[in-house]
Amino acid sequence: MFKKKNGSTLRRPLRKWGLLFLGPITAAFAIGFIWPFIQGIYLSFCKFQLISDAKLDGFNNYIAAFSDATFLHAFWYTALFAIVSLVLINVLAFAVAYALTQGIKGSNLFRTVFFMPNLIGGIVLGYIWSMIFDGILSHFGTSIVLNSTFGFWGLIILMCWQQIGYMMIIYIAGLQSIPEDMIEAAKIDGATKWQTLTRVIIPNVMPSITICTFLSLTNGFKLFDQNLALTGGLPIVMQEGGSVVKQTEMLALNIYNTFYGSSTAARGTAQAKAVIFFVLVAGLGLAQLAYTRRKEVQQ
Amino acid sequence: MRRLSKILAFGMAACMAATAFVGCGGSGSSSDGSNSGGDSSAPDSSAVASGDASKGSVYWLNFKPELDETAQELAKMYTDETGIPVKVTTAAAGSYSQTLTSEMEKSDAPTLYIIGNSAGVKQWKDYAIDLKGTKIADELNTDAYNLYDEDGRLVSIGYCYESYGIIVNPDLVEQAGHKMEDIKNFDTLKTVVEDIHNRADELGFDAFTSCDMDDNSSWRFTGHMANLEYYYEEGGTPWTEAPASITGEYLPNYKNLYDLCTQNSLTDPKDLATGGHDATKEFCDKKAAFHVQGSWEWATIKDSVPNAVMIPYYCGVDGEEKAGLNCGTENCWAVNSKTSADNQAATLDFMYWCVTNKDAAQKLVDALGVLPYKQVPESTNAFLKNAADYTAEGNYVMDWATNYQPNVDEYRKALVSALNAYNADQTDANWEGVKTAFVDGWATQYAAANG
Repeated sequence: MFKKKNGSTLRRPLRKWGLLFLGPITAAFAIGFIWPFIQGIYLSFCKFQLISDAKLDGFNNYIAAFSDATFLHAFWYTALFAIVSLVLINVLAFAVAYALTQGIKGSNLFRTVFFMPNLIGGIVLGYIWSMIFDGILSHFGTSIVLNSTFGFWGLIILMCWQQIGYMMIIYIAGLQSIPEDMIEAAKIDGATKWQTLTRVIIPNVMPSITICTFLSLTNGFKLFDQNLALTGGLPIVMQEGGSVVKQTEMLALNIYNTFYGSSTAARGTAQAKAVIFFVLVAGLGLAQLAYTRRKEVQQ
Repeated sequence: MRRLSKILAFGMAACMAATAFVGCGGSGSSSDGSNSGGDSSAPDSSAVASGDASKGSVYWLNFKPELDETAQELAKMYTDETGIPVKVTTAAAGSYSQTLTSEMEKSDAPTLYIIGNSAGVKQWKDYAIDLKGTKIADELNTDAYNLYDEDGRLVSIGYCYESYGIIVNPDLVEQAGHKMEDIKNFDTLKTVVEDIHNRADELGFDAFTSCDMDDNSSWRFTGHMANLEYYYEEGGTPWTEAPASITGEYLPNYKNLYDLCTQNSLTDPKDLATGGHDATKEFCDKKAAFHVQGSWEWATIKDSVPNAVMIPYYCGVDGEEKAGLNCGTENCWAVNSKTSADNQAATLDFMYWCVTNKDAAQKLVDALGVLPYKQVPESTNAFLKNAADYTAEGNYVMDWATNYQPNVDEYRKALVSALNAYNADQTDANWEGVKTAFVDGWATQYAAANG
């Protein structure tokens, strides 16, 4: 009886004032996200120079987007980048997190150092790394903007450097939440270090793996500033038939370049590309979440 | 107590709401174009005369970062004098198109902005009034820098013109034992340049300043120097709109001059892709005798090299002894057709004041060089004087055909990429890549921009 009374005392004001507290954030979300998103979808079916003057144009923008060779190139390039960076970032971040939870001296200092690159903005990072890479590559008479392989791996190194520290923090939290007695039990049962890692630790940090893979996958797909600052899409190759392919241009940069680069008609195409891009990233992100969630164990 | 917490809760919620709304005010107004100037009640160009300037205001979206300080001063002077508010915003270098697009969406969109070339006319003509018959148009002393749309509407008018070519330090040339008068064509230029480069260690200076291909510098070669090819390809009849394709007939001449610059400069061609050199500083520090640049550099150079001169792009074309400098402009004012009639009238008055008020015109002349208006003071810019002298001597003016580069940013990016590959290894095979980007790239980007 007391319990019930207490519960309803707590719940009543919540019911009463809940809307008021939810209101501001709902409004902000609607204004800052939902409305622009709906407008974005509408604009992907329009031809426009300024969005206030948009005129409906059917599916032409989507046809143009799918028949654009540079968009398809950017898609495959981005997919490759996202997969490679996902694997490298997570493996390395987990390794670092594992090492730093073994009670090494100065663990806190190392954690801070590894996390710090994440505090620097993408554009700044891009320019700093382009100077570092070019400083080395110029000794060999080349540059990061001359060779797409250098451009690809340069971007991977940059992203690893930036993201490993962030993911490491999430993994450390996951590793620390594993009950000591579980690991002790494994030890008593005669499990080797490797067996403890693969059979006990990894299944227990699956929630961390879920969130880290989700973040690195979507980050990989959405990457823009680092791409713009490091190579800007260079080198450029002219293909037969006249299409121009920027070899290190990723999806977000391709959309940006389409919007501001070409004619008025291209703005709608860029908008259509952005909608396709959203569906793709959301779909992949959700699929990945669903997959890794299934692997999570209940403690 | 309960009452107090209710009041507190309400107050906090109200604060949160206010913060949230303030936070998204920017995105709300920029993404929601419904209240922008594009509504049907906006006046068309015929309504200009009906506006009351004293009720309007001016918003100038400036295109040249180096003009920002002067523009801000002019705005203050005009407001002090007339009480009409003038706001000046300058877009960061290379981002005018992006800034203009987002600013034009706003309810207080720019009333005065820049349409600098034919591609700009295509994109923005519907947002510009016809300036024919306005007071400012009547003040012009030439029609050469004006831009018209296909219906013959005057959508933008030049407010200054510029020239570019090769800036030379005559003292250094003479120090190396040559005379300025000796440089009359490509062969004589080549002799002097190569001699200086070969003796650079002994002389203590080199021939050309660094020819970096990074974003800060590549436009000197992919935009300006490329003009020599387009100009000679025009064959004496200036283009009035971008051709769908070009032949690249004079590309070997472009190569002549490009090779001469890159192979005889302070920086090895292999290091040009990385860039990071300050070519103007190199010239001011007298580390090099030649510098590929334009008349706007006068303000920076005049104290270090007061007798600097500008010579034409000599590139090995027949009869180039009669060449002049590359003269033209991308600085053309357009007035927003979607803003209120009062704002349009205020803007036109402000433009007129800029080129007729003695102090204002002097400030503009000091900052920009030559203004093509009847009442403006004479320029002190030596490079523009060089341009005028060449013309007076009967040399031909090379018009800015480069303004017709289709989809200009993309076109130039591809050219930079090809030139980077060529600079890393200057072979004929790699020059083929430059040729593809230069000639085929034109057709590709023309199709993209007009498709």
